[in-house]
Amino acid sequence: MKILISNGRVVDPASGRDETADVMIASGRIVGIGGGGDFNAERVIDASGLVVAPGLVDLAARLREPGQEHSGMLESELAAAAAGGVTSLVCLPDTDPVLDEPGLVEMLKFRARKLSRCRLFPLGALTRKLEGRSLTEMAELTEAGCVGFSQVDVALTDTQVLLRALQYASTFGHAVWLRPQDAWLGTGVAAQGALATRLGLAGVPVAAETIALQTIFELVRATKARVHICRLSSAAGVALLRAAKAEGLPVTADVSINSLHLTDIDIGYFNADMRLTPPLRQAADRDALRAALADGTIDALVSDHNPVDEDMKNLPFGEAEPGATGLELLLSLALRWGADAGLPLGTALARVTRDPVRVLGDAIGSLASSAGRLVEGGVADVCVFDPRAEWALTPEQLVSQGRHTPFTFSSTGMMLPGRVHATLVAGTIAYELA
Amino acid sequence: MLSRRNPQLNVHGELIHLLSIEGLPRAVLTQILDTAGTFLSVNDRDVKKVPLLRGKSVFNLFFENSTRTRTTFEIAAKRLSADVLNLDINKSSTTKGESLLDTIANLSAMHADMFVVRHSESGAPYLIAEHCAPHVHVVNAGDGRHQHPTQGLLDMYTIRHFKKDFSQLTVAVVGDIVHSRVARSDIHALTTLGVPEIRAVGPKTLVPGDLAGMGVRVCHDMAEGIRGADVVIMLRLQNERMSGAMLPSAGEFYKSYGLTPGKLALAKADAIVMHPGPINRGVEIASAVADGSHSVILPQVTFGIAVRMAVMSTIAGNQA
Repeated sequence: MKILISNGRVVDPASGRDETADVMIASGRIVGIGGGGDFNAERVIDASGLVVAPGLVDLAARLREPGQEHSGMLESELAAAAAGGVTSLVCLPDTDPVLDEPGLVEMLKFRARKLSRCRLFPLGALTRKLEGRSLTEMAELTEAGCVGFSQVDVALTDTQVLLRALQYASTFGHAVWLRPQDAWLGTGVAAQGALATRLGLAGVPVAAETIALQTIFELVRATKARVHICRLSSAAGVALLRAAKAEGLPVTADVSINSLHLTDIDIGYFNADMRLTPPLRQAADRDALRAALADGTIDALVSDHNPVDEDMKNLPFGEAEPGATGLELLLSLALRWGADAGLPLGTALARVTRDPVRVLGDAIGSLASSAGRLVEGGVADVCVFDPRAEWALTPEQLVSQGRHTPFTFSSTGMMLPGRVHATLVAGTIAYELA
Repeated sequence: MLSRRNPQLNVHGELIHLLSIEGLPRAVLTQILDTAGTFLSVNDRDVKKVPLLRGKSVFNLFFENSTRTRTTFEIAAKRLSADVLNLDINKSSTTKGESLLDTIANLSAMHADMFVVRHSESGAPYLIAEHCAPHVHVVNAGDGRHQHPTQGLLDMYTIRHFKKDFSQLTVAVVGDIVHSRVARSDIHALTTLGVPEIRAVGPKTLVPGDLAGMGVRVCHDMAEGIRGADVVIMLRLQNERMSGAMLPSAGEFYKSYGLTPGKLALAKADAIVMHPGPINRGVEIASAVADGSHSVILPQVTFGIAVRMAVMSTIAGNQA
């Protein structure tokens, strides 16, 4: 289908383009950006007053399939992605069963393609069943569609296995995605500090993150493996990352929308919506994360989307399942951060478009040169949004099966900027605001 | 950020649940202590009953065992003429897979008027207060490491009884503070009542430095901690913490922090010694001190009944 997105403000962080123009789409690709007067479109999307940006690329979203369908399903969560302007997402392997078999990965990819709401890039398990003992078949999994390998939230305690995993992955150029958390120090339910002490919640010290980072960086130094650090949460962690990058280690990193905007104080009176992994830390940590995302030390902003079933949240804080719905909030929270930090729109959008694609690199094949950007001849993954719309979030507005998020207006009092009007994936309309 | 209303107070600032000492206005706290004073005489009468909760049903929901605390709540409720039901939830519904909120919904349907809740998770009574019917009142009888507010109040009653005025006192709280809900309630109550010097005493594994954020002076040395104290509150050391990564042994703890007559001599001559019970003799406190002239451990128990009567009658009289 030939689609014309007319008269929008076209913002492409990759090229620096920021101008009013028409975007012409045919056969799934962008065929022109400029004046679309003689383009014979079958469908016109009037983008007057709206921003036309690349579709968002989210490096961390759990879809809860297979195995946790009571919390989320591929269909509901990919619809949520489309509603959030997310056109590509990386899903995590801690499903049930774990994504450690090519067949499972192929099944997920196939079903996502059929739904055609969002491109799906699974991470494979780094070790079988995530048990931290033996490596998965990385070549087979890569062939099936995995873009990297991860232990997710299951810390790899055996450093011998971690070293071998990095050596093996680097042999074939696979990226390893690790969330830095020491297995023993990381067992608490809130960040160590005055709030956790006051509420009597078991605390996770910053050392849980920094010890793990030191271990990872030491092994990257030895192996030259390509490592992506997931969900950085502390100022001390940011300092270590900055030093590692300055040294030239092949590392990248992301931060979640939760850690970027919230602190442990938001737990208030044991609000289980604030039960998150990694735990929310203090204001100084949040400020360091915001600064690091602004200067590019942290490469990407992620939703850390993890829909959680009602029954698993209506529990005492420590027993509640960690996680929050986030896909539909990624754009707004990127814009909100950008506005707070006084950054140009293009810079805020870069952290959810161009930069996460750079993190993925060659792992996504030819898409590496056109996903997360608006380029003639490239794939037509587009997000059209109203930058001036402000909305107060209520759980009922969410498309995701998971209705728990810290960002409801009633718990944070935060107005969210930016409303998605249309999302196109490969030139097909995946979402349109009713 | 919106400041969410303190869930234990109604819009008029009146107490509708007792969930935590933190955030309790000083006037509310003092009012409860004054009310407890009037109930103390009820306990001395031949007929130990007042009709304040006649026709009301109080459910003791103990998700964690504690015969002693449950008994004191039961006595307090009965002296207020309430009907009391004791539910030992450990042994019934949760083992059948019923969720906490399902249990609460079912008991609410039985027309409970008040839940007295003990739970091993910090914050559980907040969840219950948030989800129960508006006419139901919740009393926290101990949640995880968070709070044990009636213990905090009875400790304040005891201190006021023996010391009259809070404004000149030095109070030492000794032992496993990090895991103690009693310590948290005491510290909040003492700061609210204007005690100028509160010391938290114990090894770094049990008394972390960030306790200072609660307004206490952290002391790792026992002599420094109790020197010149007017009140010494000893905490119970739980069996599971007596040996392991927190402490090498009960014996070594006793040597460093156990309250012996020799260490007590460092406190003021008229110091009182308190303990929430049950006591581990020879672990946190010597028998000579527990049974000695400074000890007010048994008066604490007596006052506890009156304080719990005061709490239950106060919240039952306020509407959500």
